[in-house]
Amino acid sequence: MPSFSRVLLGLFCLLVAVLLLAPTLVVIPMSFNGNKSLAFPPDGFSWQWYQNFFTNPDWTTSFTNSLLIALIVAVVATVVGTLAAFGVTRAAGRTGGLLRAILITPMVVPGVVLAIGIYAVYLDTHLVGTVAGFVLAHTMLAIPFVLIAVQASLEVFDRRLETAASSLGANRLTVFRTVTLPLILPGLLSGALFAFITSFDEIIVALFITSPYLKTLPVQIYTSITRDADPTVAAVGTLLFLATSLIIIAGLLFGMRRGRT
Amino acid sequence: MRPRGPVWLAAPAVLVLLLVLAYPLAIVVWRSFTDPAVGFDNYVWFFQSAVNRTVLQRTFVVAAWVTLVSLICAYPYAYAMTIVGKNVRLVLILCVLVPFWLSGVVRTLAWVILLQDSGVINSILRGLGLSPVKLIRTLPGVIIGMTQVLLPFMILPIYSVMRGIDTRLLQAARSLGAKPWRAFLQIYVPLSLPGVYAGVIIVFILSLGFYITPALLGGPRSTMLSSLVQNQVLSLLNWGRGGAMGVVLLVATFVLLAIAAPLMRQKHSSTRREA
Amino acid sequence: MHAPQRSAGAAIEIRKASKHYGIFTALKDIDLHIRPGEFMTLLGPSGSGKTTTLNLIAGFTDISSGTLDIGGKSVTGLPSHKRNIGVVFQHYALFPHMTVGKNVAYPLALRGIKGEDREKRAKRALDMVKMADFAHRYPNELSGGQQQRVALARALVFDPPLLLMDEPLGALDKKLREWLQLEIKRIHRELGTTFVYVTHDQEEALVLSDRIAVFNGGRIEQIGTGRELYDHPATLFVGRFIGESTVLRGAAELSGNDTVMTIGDQKVLAHGRLAGDARPVILLRPERVALKRPGADAVSGENRLSGTIVEAIYLGSASKYEVKLKDGTVAVVRSPLGATDFAIGDVADVAFTPADLILLPDDASADVTLT
Repeated sequence: MPSFSRVLLGLFCLLVAVLLLAPTLVVIPMSFNGNKSLAFPPDGFSWQWYQNFFTNPDWTTSFTNSLLIALIVAVVATVVGTLAAFGVTRAAGRTGGLLRAILITPMVVPGVVLAIGIYAVYLDTHLVGTVAGFVLAHTMLAIPFVLIAVQASLEVFDRRLETAASSLGANRLTVFRTVTLPLILPGLLSGALFAFITSFDEIIVALFITSPYLKTLPVQIYTSITRDADPTVAAVGTLLFLATSLIIIAGLLFGMRRGRT
Repeated sequence: MRPRGPVWLAAPAVLVLLLVLAYPLAIVVWRSFTDPAVGFDNYVWFFQSAVNRTVLQRTFVVAAWVTLVSLICAYPYAYAMTIVGKNVRLVLILCVLVPFWLSGVVRTLAWVILLQDSGVINSILRGLGLSPVKLIRTLPGVIIGMTQVLLPFMILPIYSVMRGIDTRLLQAARSLGAKPWRAFLQIYVPLSLPGVYAGVIIVFILSLGFYITPALLGGPRSTMLSSLVQNQVLSLLNWGRGGAMGVVLLVATFVLLAIAAPLMRQKHSSTRREA
Repeated sequence: MHAPQRSAGAAIEIRKASKHYGIFTALKDIDLHIRPGEFMTLLGPSGSGKTTTLNLIAGFTDISSGTLDIGGKSVTGLPSHKRNIGVVFQHYALFPHMTVGKNVAYPLALRGIKGEDREKRAKRALDMVKMADFAHRYPNELSGGQQQRVALARALVFDPPLLLMDEPLGALDKKLREWLQLEIKRIHRELGTTFVYVTHDQEEALVLSDRIAVFNGGRIEQIGTGRELYDHPATLFVGRFIGESTVLRGAAELSGNDTVMTIGDQKVLAHGRLAGDARPVILLRPERVALKRPGADAVSGENRLSGTIVEAIYLGSASKYEVKLKDGTVAVVRSPLGATDFAIGDVADVAFTPADLILLPDDASADVTLT
């Protein structure tokens, strides 16, 4: 390609990258704003919004609620989704493909439609504003992500290793524990991470099934944004961004170390 | 040796889906036909109301705009990802993934900061001596915000297909006498289409159901269908009408999926480079 | 170094065994008796049933009908992990997330062998295959030949009475293959374990085996030592699959207890006759026939077929010729050093006594499965 086109392409990509990164670039400085305003650039510097996040019970309880729910979801969805991934990968013929198509539908159903349906069911079964209700709904939303991640590892997993382990004297459970599980672990962990984030960041269903007694962090953020211009949201966003970055970098390093073997 | 019915391992997942996906959706459909009276009243009401028709049309128009803008941004970007060196590619991939690390609701707040009348974009415009534009609570504002959220869903499928295209085919076309641009349009673009189809359909479908971004960035004149559904159910407690709107959205989504699914399949697998 | 203890190898007794996959029959009524400590090779083209037989013995698939006894006990329904059989796979199947040492110690750990004992036995097995220095490496850091030696150590470390090998050298280059063949032979001699070895390479089978079972189309055509199979093949398929050969076909008639076959316009005398009314063919081994100048060096009672040399190859220790006979058949002849030299285009006689030829019933299916 002529160099002129290359320069043009490069400039264009820079613009796209700026578009992609703009929210992150704005939120971080905003979290140190000296005033209670969302005007950019921020005015002055302070830690007060971080302090507010850690001391205001509205923020701390919603954060611990989200953490609790997301942790349970990560465990449940990973177990259920991993089992499903085995079913899909090892089912005979077209059954697997059909099953997979069914299990990833939560990704395409419009959030609000799902939310009013779940809200209706939860009103009848008194699950509105309960941890169980959140966990159930979020597990359903997280299953596709676990399924996709684990299935990807299962597809590159050499099943002949299971035959080999069996010939060396391992029963089915031992084969799974000593050979299959360690080799699909990266997929399993990234599935669990996706499940955690799906739940931790879920807002639409949460807005419907929340109650004054059980709010999750995204609901708290949403109400805060709609109520007033509170830079605490930016502080929360920055903290979550840092936490996610750390987890992902740790995951990558772990993956690289394993990649050697 | 092998588990008798591996399919049964999926039973718990299917059970969860039945409880919190199939059953709730069935209730939405049921109420749309029975609440308050049995019949098609809610659908008749929906399609007779000019406001509803406008919102329905707007929802599709916004989805189309978001899809188009995303495609225009994503195609060259994905192509660049395939031709640069390893380090630059890593940076480009990071730029696509980093937005995911910021909480979805917080991201929308960031767009409020960027788009408001005294926001970053208008400050830059003023700095350049241009007159400020009204972006917050307008349709273009909503489209910009949604595009940023959905762009990765366009870039990634296109990139994954482009990565598999054997660039020697371009050299072959050149050696046969095709000019670079002609070779690109006639050989490369058709081979990249499965990724484009996949990206277009994903972005369009996700756009149709968008709720948070339009609710926070939009105004009364940029309401989308999801907001109307929410309003009917939570504010007016009218489950029948809200349900009917939801069913319209749901049907539109699945019809589009059914039409598009065959297009997404890789048709040129024989031309893919061996891994 | 010392190899693991000599163990008494297990006998295998397969009777009337069949294996069906849906409507496809992979094995039909095979009978196979393998003696304790024997090196038995299952030889045949792909799809002939040899790997299916191995999988039945290993317990990877279930037998459809018939019986299978290992070490005098029926193993029908016994899952593979309870059979205590070592298996070496063509694709090595080393666990990528374990070091070489861990791989070899794995079957010991499964058997509850702990600590120093486990270490010692794993090391002994690695010593046996000369891989002890690599115990801390991961499989992907080893070459194919090294990986296969580790796989062999892993399959033998728990002293199984029986070792199964499924084309273990198939992915390796010729030189390495030949060296590993000798290693495998040495280990077999040292251990006394029963070895069952699957291959499609007849030369490999001849190098390694005490006896060879030749498979074709889901049946066993013949079981015997390499020499028996080469010199006295029971079927045309075996004769052609083992070693090089020339097949002569022609109108045959009986002359007393002898068979006379007309090839082109020349007659060939063979001692004996076939039972039943099968159509006879004559199989010639390249080194059992001589190439002579037309009419020269006659020996009484010998058969002579005249032809033209179409290919002459110098092999160092011998020369190989292809001779086109009058009926169009191309005969392969191997002449020892010092025999008369011929050039392409020369007219020559292919000479052999009735004792040098093999008379067999014709079998058109042999042509199909071998090409």
